[in-house]
Amino acid sequence: MATYEETLAKIQEILADALGADEDEVSMSATLVGDLGAESIDFLDIVFNLEKTFDIKIKRGELFPENLAAEGDGLAVDGVVTEEGLAKLRERLPFADIDAFAAEPDVENIQDLFTVDMLVKFVTAKQAAGE
Amino acid sequence: MRWIWIDRFEELVKGVSARAIKNVTLTEDHLHDHFPGFPVMPASLMLEGMAQTGGILLGDLHDFEHIVILAKVPKVTFHSWAVPGDSLAYDAQLLDHRPEGGTVAVKASVGERLVAEAEIVFVHLDQNDPKLGSIDQKNFVFSMKLMGVMEVGRAGSGTESAAGSKCEGT
Repeated sequence: MATYEETLAKIQEILADALGADEDEVSMSATLVGDLGAESIDFLDIVFNLEKTFDIKIKRGELFPENLAAEGDGLAVDGVVTEEGLAKLRERLPFADIDAFAAEPDVENIQDLFTVDMLVKFVTAKQAAGE
Repeated sequence: MRWIWIDRFEELVKGVSARAIKNVTLTEDHLHDHFPGFPVMPASLMLEGMAQTGGILLGDLHDFEHIVILAKVPKVTFHSWAVPGDSLAYDAQLLDHRPEGGTVAVKASVGERLVAEAEIVFVHLDQNDPKLGSIDQKNFVFSMKLMGVMEVGRAGSGTESAAGSKCEGT
């Protein structure tokens, strides 16, 4: 079983490659969109590379759900994620730091849930489950 | 001008590989400006032809059910160039695919000479997708017009055609 550091190193390499970032920019806490400049197209590229590198299968929307907090799904009211919404986010993004997000639960901050650390935890869990 | 950057689709192994040909000719106006006195096929258009070859390979896998859009070119290297008279062969291999899209690796070569190689990511979009309207159609890898290149080979090589029998007759 790979250690956290080993998985992190491989993910740093994938992200540096996919996003044209320097490996030292790809710190554990870096956010994919805010810090590393990822766009929606890059998510697909990242998923392909994670599957190939770690020999795992990632279902559509499993890692990067589409239309999170889309209008009318009851996740947020006036641009702020509700308690119920937070519970849904915990369910859909079990490896994201929802507690930190809850301090300022604006819809526009949802993209910050996708961090390097989250990817490492996601991959580690997938490998442990043998998927 | 028709946005077709391959002349003939030569081979398709479903879900595995595809090969198309692009013949470079001085009839193409842009070669007179790119560059005056040194006509070479623009790298961007070569990449477009590579994407069209790979896009058809991916589209065929799902029987052209989705619109295939060129999303990203994570890697591309141009090793050489192609000049009028060259026949560029684009060889595409399907690297990966999933419901949202796919990736291909494509090599462009003139004879034995490797001219370019690229990795290209495509996304799938469906006709009824609300995002469709906001996308420039130029990003579509193929339209039904482009699909015409798959019919080109059906005209045959010309050697066994009526032209031959006419010659015999005269």
